[in-house]
Amino acid sequence: MQSNSLLNIALVGNPNTGKTSLFNQLTGLNQKVGNYPGITVDKKQGKCKVSEHLTAEITDLPGTYSINPTTLDETIVLETLLDENNSSFPDLVIVVAEVENLKRNLFLFSQIKDLQFPSILVINMSDQMIRKGITIDIEALKRELKSEIILISARKNLGIDALKREIENYENWNTEPIANISEKIDSEFFETIKTTFPEFSLYKSWLLITQQKNCGFLSSELHQKITAFNPDSEKIKKYQHKETIYRYQIINEILKKTYSVDKNEASDIRSKLDRILTHKIYGYIIFFGVLMLIFQSIFEWASLPMDLIDSLFANLSELAKTNFPQGVFTNLIAEGVIPGIGGVVIFIPQIAILFLFIATLEETGYMSRVVFLMDKIMRKFGMSGKSIIPLISGTACAIPAIMASRNISDWKERLITILVVPFTTCSARLPVYAILIALIIPDKRVFGIFNLQGLTLMGLYLLGFAAAISSAILLHNVLKIKTKSLFIIEMPNYKLPSFKNVFYEVVEKTKAFIFGAGKIILALSVVLWFLASNGPEKFKNAAEFVTAQESANDLPDESLNKKIASYKLEHSYIGIMGKVIEPVIKPMGYDWKIGIALISSFAAREVFIGALATIYNVESEGEDVATIKERMAAEVDPVTGEKRFNFATGMSLLLFYAFAMQCIGTLAIVKRETKSWKWPILQLTGMGALAYIVAVITFNILS
Amino acid sequence: MGDTIASLLIGEIGIIQDFCLDAIPLNLLEMGCLPGKEVRLLQIAPLKDPLYIKVNGSHLAIRIETAKQINITKLR
Repeated sequence: MQSNSLLNIALVGNPNTGKTSLFNQLTGLNQKVGNYPGITVDKKQGKCKVSEHLTAEITDLPGTYSINPTTLDETIVLETLLDENNSSFPDLVIVVAEVENLKRNLFLFSQIKDLQFPSILVINMSDQMIRKGITIDIEALKRELKSEIILISARKNLGIDALKREIENYENWNTEPIANISEKIDSEFFETIKTTFPEFSLYKSWLLITQQKNCGFLSSELHQKITAFNPDSEKIKKYQHKETIYRYQIINEILKKTYSVDKNEASDIRSKLDRILTHKIYGYIIFFGVLMLIFQSIFEWASLPMDLIDSLFANLSELAKTNFPQGVFTNLIAEGVIPGIGGVVIFIPQIAILFLFIATLEETGYMSRVVFLMDKIMRKFGMSGKSIIPLISGTACAIPAIMASRNISDWKERLITILVVPFTTCSARLPVYAILIALIIPDKRVFGIFNLQGLTLMGLYLLGFAAAISSAILLHNVLKIKTKSLFIIEMPNYKLPSFKNVFYEVVEKTKAFIFGAGKIILALSVVLWFLASNGPEKFKNAAEFVTAQESANDLPDESLNKKIASYKLEHSYIGIMGKVIEPVIKPMGYDWKIGIALISSFAAREVFIGALATIYNVESEGEDVATIKERMAAEVDPVTGEKRFNFATGMSLLLFYAFAMQCIGTLAIVKRETKSWKWPILQLTGMGALAYIVAVITFNILS
Repeated sequence: MGDTIASLLIGEIGIIQDFCLDAIPLNLLEMGCLPGKEVRLLQIAPLKDPLYIKVNGSHLAIRIETAKQINITKLR
């Protein structure tokens, strides 16, 4: 036990066993998501009150079929269980299994037992045993596995208390290994392992030797010791193979005595649904329909709350301005902080709805069918069927999407997926698109049913996907990385989604966005406000200068104030920056004010709107606070007198935002996931160049 | 002879004989795809790849090049 007397429990299990349901039952909303040191995989932990005197910290490890990892996610399991200095190194392990796939689940359990952790087998979905014709002799199984076993139904909250009571007693659990790998494979070889590494259990030493490259935590001393042991790789492969066969032999023997299935009872829903959902015509139609449903809902359902949030924050700003004493602090609140927070909150509806769909589809088991259906097509583009999930998630946010690529085991396929995901239309682009479309595309219907604005948005989505696919093809042909195809995916049984699991997933993902991307957005809004409301000499003397200049014209106070404000903005720090880049952005049809917004949005796209709002807000000092859209529509080019956001500029901006890589968060994630600056820099320059060229061409054709 | 999982027709069952250890990921063995086990082809994806199989109680999808590496004897 650790000194702080908090019991560390690791939750381990195959994917699709209901591990997450159990985690949610044990911890409730008492969860937090952190990072594993050095890497960005989410680490889900939660506190659980086991009894009056005992509190446990439960770590939900990524689902895996074996301790030997094939993907990055699975490496976490290996590292957590082998590294005694890991903060989550468990005092005990709960292995979650499921009635139907008990054999394969026991494979993982046997590995955990051999590591000699106090461990308990939890068999989930026990409520479905009768329906599936399964009988298990639990007492016999306990004897054979020398372990405690609890039957639960995490969904129905059955057996959870019994599990907690058993955990209290964990110090008395049997920690004998199940498999005697030494005797069955090559006793002489394993004897030398035992004598070389007397400090570890035999299986742990074996794992350290075979998985040396996946154990990032090894001390250099231990690293050298393992290298010096110098096992030959052919031998390792052969012995791993033997070990696998041997484990299944033991498990088969045990299950023969304790487990039986009455085949007649087995239902046929899976194969019927499979035949439709993976059908060569219906399969694609259904998938396309699901996608349409998702995108449609993102707009239909999210637009109302988004409008409400938009006007709510505009009102809050006004409220702050009128009710607080005038001064710098009030301006900071009203023009910097409140619009900044608003810029974060406005994304919540869309992100929540998108993850609601993704979590539901994953829960039901449908996602695996989509992967199966799309694999061959995606491979033509150098990706994997598994790339579908990152590409769809990318429509919410590229950051979780890139992290979702971790379960693609083939490096080339994974790299291409990571590189092209930022082309998909993420929700940060949406407010930019939404406002520009509203400004330049008439709200008309075509062919009676389609809304022209909606069609434009749809077109931009398709453009994003097309850009992702074309660049994937390009990368597929350019990147010379040789890999072996290692595609294996389990096709889980269909299930009704659990409301609780979906809900927690949505809350978790939304929280991750707010505290991750949100911080950047808020910070930038404040910085921007500062740069826009401060400046060198000319800025400070603006009032006197403009008044003197306009004294002959005898302007009313209101117009004079407006002139002063825009003079001030032009000579503020940000105005100076905007002016500097104006020659570069002029070919795309932008002025220095748009330039400012463009600079700011290289940190995160959504800042564009916030930046324009801040700029126009500062400029219109003293006026009523209108919504951002009204301000943008009113903005005119001082030279031509034409509307600033006309069709040519608007289209040029839309396309620039469709292609440019403007997100610090994504670049940072790509760097961490690819462990190199090369790839994020390639994304930044490649996508930036494409965006610039397209925007220049568009503006010149249309104007 | 010379049958592999790739030569099964939908619904057909075979018994896994052997495979080249280098061509098959350990992970596939660990999911239950082992010599002597029964394998049934459940479905083929629309573009003839991947294959959806049931082996040793697990429902898996594997790519055709992996399937071609696994020798089987068909059950009649």
